[in-house]
Amino acid sequence: MRRILSGNEAIARGAWEAGVHLGAAYPGTPSTEILEELSRFPKVYCEWSTNEKVALDVAAGAAYAGYRALATMKHVGLNVAADSFFYASFTGAEAGLVVVSADDPAMHSSQNEQDNRRFAQFARVPCLDPSDSQECKDFTILGFELSERFDSPILLRTTTRINHSATPVELGERAEVAPKHVKFPRNPEKYVMVPGHARKRHPIVEQRTLDVAAWAETASINRIEWRDRKVGIITAGVAYQYAREVFPTASVLKLGMVFPTPAQLIRTFADGVERLVVMEELDPVLEEQVRLLGLACEGKSIFPICGELDPTLVRRVGAAAGLPVDHAPVEIPAIDKPELPARPPVLCAGCPHRAVFQLLSKKRVPVAGDIGCYSLGLLPPLAAIHTTGCMGAGIGVAHGAARAGIGERMVAVIGDSTFYHSGMAALANVAYNRSNVLTIILDNRTTAMTGHQPNPGTGVTLEQQPSDVIDIEPLVRSLGIKHAMTVDGYDVEGIEKAYIELMSHNEPAVLIARRPCVLLPEIRKQWVPLYVIADKCTGCGICFRIGCPAILKSTEMASGTQKPKALIDPSLCTGCEVCSQVCPFDAIPNRDQVRLAEEESHQSCSEPASERS
Amino acid sequence: MLDNSSYSFVLVGVGGQGTLLASNILTEVGLAAGFDAKKSEVHGMAQRGGSVLSHVRWDRERVHSPLVGVGEADVLLSFEKMEAIRFAELVRKGGTAVVNDMAVVPITVSSGKGIYPGDEHLPRLFGELGAKLLMVPGEKLALESGTIKAANVVLLGAVSRLLPLEEALWWQCLSQRIPAKFLDINQKAFALGRAAAAETVAG
Ligand SMILES: Cc1ncc(C[n+]2csc(CCOP(=O)(O)OP(=O)(O)O)c2C)c(N)n1
Ligand code: SF4
Repeated sequence: MRRILSGNEAIARGAWEAGVHLGAAYPGTPSTEILEELSRFPKVYCEWSTNEKVALDVAAGAAYAGYRALATMKHVGLNVAADSFFYASFTGAEAGLVVVSADDPAMHSSQNEQDNRRFAQFARVPCLDPSDSQECKDFTILGFELSERFDSPILLRTTTRINHSATPVELGERAEVAPKHVKFPRNPEKYVMVPGHARKRHPIVEQRTLDVAAWAETASINRIEWRDRKVGIITAGVAYQYAREVFPTASVLKLGMVFPTPAQLIRTFADGVERLVVMEELDPVLEEQVRLLGLACEGKSIFPICGELDPTLVRRVGAAAGLPVDHAPVEIPAIDKPELPARPPVLCAGCPHRAVFQLLSKKRVPVAGDIGCYSLGLLPPLAAIHTTGCMGAGIGVAHGAARAGIGERMVAVIGDSTFYHSGMAALANVAYNRSNVLTIILDNRTTAMTGHQPNPGTGVTLEQQPSDVIDIEPLVRSLGIKHAMTVDGYDVEGIEKAYIELMSHNEPAVLIARRPCVLLPEIRKQWVPLYVIADKCTGCGICFRIGCPAILKSTEMASGTQKPKALIDPSLCTGCEVCSQVCPFDAIPNRDQVRLAEEESHQSCSEPASERS
Repeated sequence: MLDNSSYSFVLVGVGGQGTLLASNILTEVGLAAGFDAKKSEVHGMAQRGGSVLSHVRWDRERVHSPLVGVGEADVLLSFEKMEAIRFAELVRKGGTAVVNDMAVVPITVSSGKGIYPGDEHLPRLFGELGAKLLMVPGEKLALESGTIKAANVVLLGAVSRLLPLEEALWWQCLSQRIPAKFLDINQKAFALGRAAAAETVAG
């Protein structure tokens, strides 16, 4: 049966057909849907681990025990898991271990751009690079086979355009692979990486790379497509599709495995063409391999190193370099477009992070931020975040500035999922090394940014099983932090009071602002749109400063200030009441007042609702 | 009416408008009609109101690139008026821009920093590009059919009229994706969208 599957669905399907027993991941765009999809299949245990390193250790443990295992993550996740990736390369495992790294060229939703084929070279882990969903499925299955055959983890490296494109896939059945052992293997020479053992493993790993390279010479996933011999293109991943689209007459060497590369096959191809071109996204990884063979080629001299390729770009630079394009670049008439307002991401109306940023913005304190929806506290009018690096960085950055002696009190903000991911160790450091950093944990009871996955604070698992909640305040207190308070994320006054109290001590302090994300299904049901009582609004503009997309500028001007009054978009407002609390003129009724007013108008109005306009 | 061996579509809109369902159905219709088909999407982030962009391509033989090149879309389907202007260059000369008559005002406008472009730009820009413009009152027709939520199906109906495929084929793919109790409403919405496009096709 053939079905249209996204690359992510196809990887999950492939893992399942390969008889995988365990999948572990931490969410991250564009990889998230792989585990979500795999968890819907029977006979495979799936979990959101607390971070990518843990996920890879979990998968390695399963593979040591003899069960096929999959770990998935976004590109930067492999930075977090790098230590584990390296030991797993040295040890190998008893059963197949496949690691998926979803790279994000063009940074559709990432803090940086990096080419994780480098990690494969670095850690000597064979790397597969699929170019459509069918290959996502096939390469996942192949990955498990190769992993067992060569006793090595396999890196399945994808890019956003592969993960989030959907193409037809031939479905197969699950091959049940019985676990290899009943008992956990006792093989310290292989699995205990003390120096004496690791020294013996290293030559084995280097030999393994040579063995895989020899296999790659004749493997069907690396293939030459002879066409016209004037130009030959070496390519892989999604770039292969653009090569076929834009240079249909050129010969192509398509590499399904990008590390290690097949030297002889590359030589044969190079010898058969007049002009050798390497076409790849991001780093010149293949180009360097070709050059190491002493072969002259072009690559990054034609195609950019930053961002993604696309057919328009490839055609333009290809034509300029004299490559045989399918047709000349399309000439777009110069059109006179009006200046278009951007549609930037903003904290949603009703976002529980807003009140904290409203306070930090007012206090003008330096804030070391972190990664999640709350990174948007950076944007004006809140403009309350001054650093954001990678997940878990904020608390350490604030501590460093504080300990170095900066003359301001440092604040760190971090989301709940990020706190469990990599904030806990940093907070333990603050507690241990006694800086006066105020850490604000924005506990919205979910991992919102990546699509609302459960986490250790939510009481459920990926498989929808109930679990214990790891309560943040007792956890923080057990670190020895004496000043810790939990407040309602919507309580503007309560947050300010707690802030003042916590800042009054020259010691580590933690404020937990707790309120579920307003997009969670059970919270959506509770939305009550508020409104502005125009007669009371003076146009003071205080409510505009909370940066809520539901608060609009009315065309009506306030008579005193001659400034626009506020207006609430009922289709966006959820009734969080933050604006109602900051309004000094009581011009925005709260939920109770709105309900009361509604009841009154119902009573005074006797016709049935359906007949009213 | 178009009659090609390959088709390229670009769908643009704002999160929550149902573009993803539309692009899924469009891809499945292509497959059902015997084409090779691919779809590529960028969803934006979790927050409400981000822009969404999908590419769908069909080819009698084989689709390579999942992305449509600039100036190569046979149909630009925009669920929102300003997004149609933003992505106007994607449509090819002689192609059609199907534009939902709907404005989703971004925060840059509501906070007074930007100006939402006037409707007059639409016919002018697509005229300059040599493309046809088909405005569809998606929400209005959807309400007529029974629920404002069916605007995406209205728009698919309009697109369907531009292509030489059996109507039944569309309906077969739609009905697999829509819960049984909403089928009637959506059938009506699809028909209203198809009817709305009839004029352009004749002209
Ligand atoms: C190492 C790493 N893994 C994953 C991601 C993707 N990612 C970005 S933010 C985020 C989680 C945010 O959750 P939380 O901290 O609870 O904040 P929220 O979005 O809910 O406000 C994730 C998983 C990343 N950027 N880096
Ligand atoms: S998705 Fe939730 S946490 Fe993210 S901005 Fe929207 S309301 Fe806030």
